[in-house]
Amino acid sequence: MGIHRGHKARPVEWLAEKFIFFVSLSAILMVLLIFLFVAREALPVFFGQTNTALVQKPIPPEDLDKHSPAELEAYLEITPDQFAKMSKANLRDLMDVKVEEQDDIPDNFRDDPDARINTTQWKYLIQPHQWTDYDKPEYIWQPVGQIQKYNIIPLIVGTLKVTLVGLFFAVPLAVGAAIYVSQLARPRVREILKPAIELLSGIPSVVVGFFALLVMATVLQSIFHYQTRLNAFVAGLALGFAVIPVIFSIAEDALTSVPRAYTQAALALGASRWQTAWQIVLPAALPGVFAAAVLGFGRAIGETMIVLMVCSASVMSWSIFDSARSITTTIAAEMAEAVSGGPHYRILFMLGALLFAATFVSNMVGDFVIHRFKQKLEGKR
Amino acid sequence: MAEILIPKITPPATAATAAKSAAPLIEIENISLFYGASKALKNISLKLDEKVVTAFIGPSGCGKSTLLRCLNRMNDLIDNVRIEGAIKIGGHDIYSPDVDVIELRKRVGMVFQKSNPFPKSIYENVAYGLRLHGVKNRGELDAAVEKSLRQSALWDEVKDRLHSSALGLSGGQQQRLCIARAIAIRPEIILMDEPASALDPIATTRVEELILELKKDFTIVIVTHNMQQAARISDQTAFFYIGELIEFDATGKIFTNPAKKQTEDYVTGRFG
Amino acid sequence: MNTVTAPEYLPDTPSSSPTMRHFRAEKFDFWSFFFSGLTGLATLFILGILATILLNIIVNGWSGLSWHFVSTIPKKDFFDIHTTGVLPMIVGTTFRVIVMTIFVIPVGVITAIYLTEYASNTSIITRIIRAAVNNLAGVPSIVFGLFGLGFFINFIGKNLDVVLHNTNAIWGQPALIWASLTLAVMTLPVVIVATEESLKAIPPGLREASLALGATKLETILKIVLPQALPGIMTGGILAVSRAAGEVAPILFTGVAYYMASLPSHLSDQFMDLGYHVFVLSTQSPNIDQTRPILYATVLVLLILTFALNIVAILIRARVRKKLRALG
Repeated sequence: MGIHRGHKARPVEWLAEKFIFFVSLSAILMVLLIFLFVAREALPVFFGQTNTALVQKPIPPEDLDKHSPAELEAYLEITPDQFAKMSKANLRDLMDVKVEEQDDIPDNFRDDPDARINTTQWKYLIQPHQWTDYDKPEYIWQPVGQIQKYNIIPLIVGTLKVTLVGLFFAVPLAVGAAIYVSQLARPRVREILKPAIELLSGIPSVVVGFFALLVMATVLQSIFHYQTRLNAFVAGLALGFAVIPVIFSIAEDALTSVPRAYTQAALALGASRWQTAWQIVLPAALPGVFAAAVLGFGRAIGETMIVLMVCSASVMSWSIFDSARSITTTIAAEMAEAVSGGPHYRILFMLGALLFAATFVSNMVGDFVIHRFKQKLEGKR
Repeated sequence: MAEILIPKITPPATAATAAKSAAPLIEIENISLFYGASKALKNISLKLDEKVVTAFIGPSGCGKSTLLRCLNRMNDLIDNVRIEGAIKIGGHDIYSPDVDVIELRKRVGMVFQKSNPFPKSIYENVAYGLRLHGVKNRGELDAAVEKSLRQSALWDEVKDRLHSSALGLSGGQQQRLCIARAIAIRPEIILMDEPASALDPIATTRVEELILELKKDFTIVIVTHNMQQAARISDQTAFFYIGELIEFDATGKIFTNPAKKQTEDYVTGRFG
Repeated sequence: MNTVTAPEYLPDTPSSSPTMRHFRAEKFDFWSFFFSGLTGLATLFILGILATILLNIIVNGWSGLSWHFVSTIPKKDFFDIHTTGVLPMIVGTTFRVIVMTIFVIPVGVITAIYLTEYASNTSIITRIIRAAVNNLAGVPSIVFGLFGLGFFINFIGKNLDVVLHNTNAIWGQPALIWASLTLAVMTLPVVIVATEESLKAIPPGLREASLALGATKLETILKIVLPQALPGIMTGGILAVSRAAGEVAPILFTGVAYYMASLPSHLSDQFMDLGYHVFVLSTQSPNIDQTRPILYATVLVLLILTFALNIVAILIRARVRKKLRALG
């Protein structure tokens, strides 16, 4: 039998397998690149290399050699790469410009203590600060003007406010529908209901935002009679529409994956369909339902267009009937006007990195719970 | 080192035929197979002769299908499987590292429990293996397809609709098509894994007749849990129980006068 | 005639006995009714929302839709109801989606092939790939936008300009190609998951049959597996297209333009976009009551584009899933 060969008898096969393997690594590569490049642009904020202080102690160009490269990089707002490429003459020119800038600062700022603050320090990013002319310490996000204020707390509060409203609305509805579709509806009805609800995810978020802005906002205001027409409540409800299909799909999947033997055993003992669903299926599928809510949360905090269209004022308020500005909205609305490489630009990227981390964690938690749940159902644990 | 020196072509025919008539075609030498830590086959040794029908029988889970799949290395496709011992076909160890599994499978064809025709036309199903092995000439293909279909007793039923879908055939016809597909590439050995278990009695009879017919040209190893079937079509029978080979002998002897108590209990229907 | 006697363990009761009445619903089960009703209402409510949104848009947008509207390149002031049109937006959205498809389909399909046909499910690398795919699906779309800006434009594009000695920024600025690539990264999981689903729906017996005939793995994949998986791959592609066509956040910084006088003609051009145009019309309009008809008509065009594709995809997917379930 001529069944023998040398070790590399099938180079095409070997090459194809290697090629397919390397292409399949691209998903990993992309996650790494996203993390790397979003973090890269945000890095100077983390290392305190950005400086927004309006009034700085000028360093005369002739003192160039007396300062360390790190000090000069921070002072001139340049990256180590740029620093390395510059000749001493270039650096002196830049320092001249800096001294001139300092001379041009309007007089009223010279005595303002706020003008000497580097507002991109962590202290000012997360703690309240009593700015000149304010009577108490406050959290303020106000990235334009002579003294830029970058407190991110109002944005986090805004994000949570909108997200929680959305989840309070979406979770009961989506889980209720999932129970109905997977347990109570007749098979023929289920075949229609499931894709119909999944269709909701096919509506682009910009269309949901448009609908909330033009129709829902007016209708809801006439029902609840609140002051601000566009507020976190409207945005939250619209956000709920967008996450309902996500939560529904995962919860429905979890409920259906409870083995049929359980339900049939319960039904055979004389339990009603509802009792079976409530006492047998739901407890068994609870981790999956929980994971659905977690993944819905991840989806909701990352949603941009809906919140961007419905409300955008950054006020520090926990009331859902006030406006709110989420992290995503801030990035979307302000990136265009931020100077590439400047402090504002870097802080927006920092917010993106935070968002990425938050959704990464919620995805990991959700997937982990689902993985454990499925293994348990298969009797592997 | 010695393996590398083995010539890559078939040994000269004359020498081989002379040797073959004396030596058995398939030699299974002390084979053990592990799924992870559990041992599914335990030190099995068997010698099967050329152009003989051998039946593997035994209760479910006894390892008969697993052993069958070792003969064309289909077990390679499963993760976590480890095999010890040697299987020689025509004197060559098929588990030696320099063996080309693809070449091996061309020589050792297989028919599965569930008929699995490709979702292509009847013609394309039979021609698939030939095309894989480089046959492009239309006339050659036509001739080979007709020959295989005739040999599998399907030609008269399908000759007018060769280019319609194979999925339109009945279950029995589909299984015979799978046999035609397997013999089209002229293997030396055909492995059959319960080929009639999903068929009705009439279709089963036709497949059994076909096997007796194919015996003239091919060496056949068949796994079955139908003892009458084993008795009807096989020349030799091997009885397995929980991964062990209990008894191997001429079929007549196994069914009328087995040497072991376990074999007797099984063939008389006392367990299994 | 009836000689069959009941086994001893059953009480000897003729079928007319009063205990048999238990089989008929005797009392009204309030909780069962209540909760079934509640979950049923939740389902209806969701469907109601869907229907309301769709009807509202169709009813209000229908009258604004005309051949003139979809075939006109608007003047600078696209808020004017008489002269405006959405041709550049349709063209822009279509182009960016086509370019995206060219990149995402091969990579997604090959990854799915690796995961189902080659990878061992227990290996660490497979688990990492699956985790990465899951995570990619959960990354917020605006973060994709930042990634496109930071990686494609500021890193690849700027360096490309340096290498090609372009004095003006050609690649190092928002462009059609960067927006498309960003969307390709975003929709990669959609294609992978849909393809994988359809590959798993192919009976393993077909692969075995091919391998047993002496086909190599690659031959089996190319001749047996892929032709069978085609509907699933198409679903994945369509879902990716419909998802990407409606997305605005990822293209905000990577290629979309507020206004362009001409259609995009080069991969380095910027483009106008339907979704972004909806955003612009609804938030920047000088007089929302006057622009409402064109806004509704634009939304309807966008919806037709994305929704029609979605329905097709869902129908094909339902068939693939049915097949998958039949396999067990």
